[in-house]
Amino acid sequence: MRLKLDNLSVVYPASDGRPPVAALSEINLVIEDAEFVVALGASGCGKSTLLNLIAGFLSPTSGQLTLDGRPVSGPGADRAVVFQKHALLPWLNVLDNVAFGLQIQGVAKAERYATANRLVGLLGLDGFQKSPVYKLSGGMQQRVGIARALTCDPKLLLMDEPLGALDALTREKAQELILNIWHETHKSVFFITHSVEEALFMGTKLIVMSPRPGRITHSFDLPFSRQFLGGMPARAVKASPEFIKLREDVLKIIFADEEAAA
Amino acid sequence: MTDKPTSGPASRVGAGESRLGRLARARPTKPGEIYGVPGQGSTLWLSAVSILLFLFVWWLVTAMGWVKPLFVPSPMTIVTKLISVWNVGFTGTPFLVHVEISTVRVFSAFLLACVVGIPLGLAMGMSPLMRGLFDPPIEFYRPIPPLAYLPLMIIWFGIGETSKILLIFLSVFAPVVLGARSGVKSASIEQIHAAYSFGATRWQVLRHVIMPSALPEILTAMRIGIGFGWTTLVAAEMVAATQGIGYMVLSASQFLQTPVVIMGIFVIAIIAFAFDLLMRFIERRLVPWKGRM
Repeated sequence: MRLKLDNLSVVYPASDGRPPVAALSEINLVIEDAEFVVALGASGCGKSTLLNLIAGFLSPTSGQLTLDGRPVSGPGADRAVVFQKHALLPWLNVLDNVAFGLQIQGVAKAERYATANRLVGLLGLDGFQKSPVYKLSGGMQQRVGIARALTCDPKLLLMDEPLGALDALTREKAQELILNIWHETHKSVFFITHSVEEALFMGTKLIVMSPRPGRITHSFDLPFSRQFLGGMPARAVKASPEFIKLREDVLKIIFADEEAAA
Repeated sequence: MTDKPTSGPASRVGAGESRLGRLARARPTKPGEIYGVPGQGSTLWLSAVSILLFLFVWWLVTAMGWVKPLFVPSPMTIVTKLISVWNVGFTGTPFLVHVEISTVRVFSAFLLACVVGIPLGLAMGMSPLMRGLFDPPIEFYRPIPPLAYLPLMIIWFGIGETSKILLIFLSVFAPVVLGARSGVKSASIEQIHAAYSFGATRWQVLRHVIMPSALPEILTAMRIGIGFGWTTLVAAEMVAATQGIGYMVLSASQFLQTPVVIMGIFVIAIIAFAFDLLMRFIERRLVPWKGRM
């Protein structure tokens, strides 16, 4: 799998007398197989626009977006999306929510339940198959969302601030869970977050974006998730001097952007 | 200056005012309740008291002879009247046949309105073409009282069952269409995107995401719709009807048989209320997730 963004620009047309807005300007980015790319930036920098582009919900004003050499022209099962919230179907129980993608694709009941059950287990939701999703905690709902995205065996997992609504403790656990699953399934991931620490901890590659126009200003290769998967405790990774140094550097970039805007 | 123990901001006012002040302030809640939620608390007992009070006042004014029985007959007269109409019928038709005929009229109109109105409402929510075409006629006739177009119904469809059912149908149709149409907006864009990202077709999104999430609003619209149906029943049975509760009420009023009028009103209220209870039960079973996600 290889996703390539070539000189992508998105301009929202003028409306209500306001001038057109350049949401994204000349984005160049490649997501390779099994890469974990994290996008970070001040609000309004076009992170979500970028994710919507890759998901196929939005078409670029100019430039090219290709997946394995073929242009992306709409949403498809090769790219699954995990949303921040409110994307589960409350009338279905946990198992049916996880199996939803397979149901859409017309997979027979027994087969889709077998796959869904495996993922329910992988996400640590065993015993909750029959529970209504609206009775689960936010953290568990988000795990259902991740399991659902994984059922159709996508090449690329798109995550739009999936942990943004979770409390700090649950969030750290969910970070570790996502890393473990990423390691086990060898998916490529494009992950959006507001948290610098989360971005550094999880990604193999970090892109920092700036607003007006939305563009990629910095790109870092990150070693920290591999250290964690190599057996180092998460807190130790996050407390290491290299981690703290990079965290401060990235924060400086983002604060500079915020101040420039103010 | 007083040495009395005081509490809260009302402590500075005098004794007489402080009682009023206490009423105006929100009190701390009991455990299990949330402070400041408007209208919090159970009303079951108060409702029972309200009904009993109503019956008592009704009984009192009739028993004391303050109002002539022609205007307000006593509660017992209504019960006796119900028993006698039940036994001998009204204008030659057994009581239960009156009830049955009206119920069939209302419910067949209601079913028809649901069968046509729900798909049309969904289609209007989904497609600008359908919305553009059907919005003007529905919005045009919706605010008109059924009594105003009743004469037209009779001119066009005669004095048989068709015009009666059609009149009730029209009164149920508009709220059901509007409910289904706004129900389309209930699905979040994330839910819809999730389905599309699995490769769903537009039809699958409608079937698996939009329709289930519209269900709470559709059920509410059905409850409102059937209410309009009962409201219109009497109008529908005004012309050339010889059977039905609405007819019974109207013709009894012409002969100043007030007990029958009141009895008919109660019968309509009881059937309508029973059906609403059924709908609430269905709602709890079908959409227990309503408002929870």
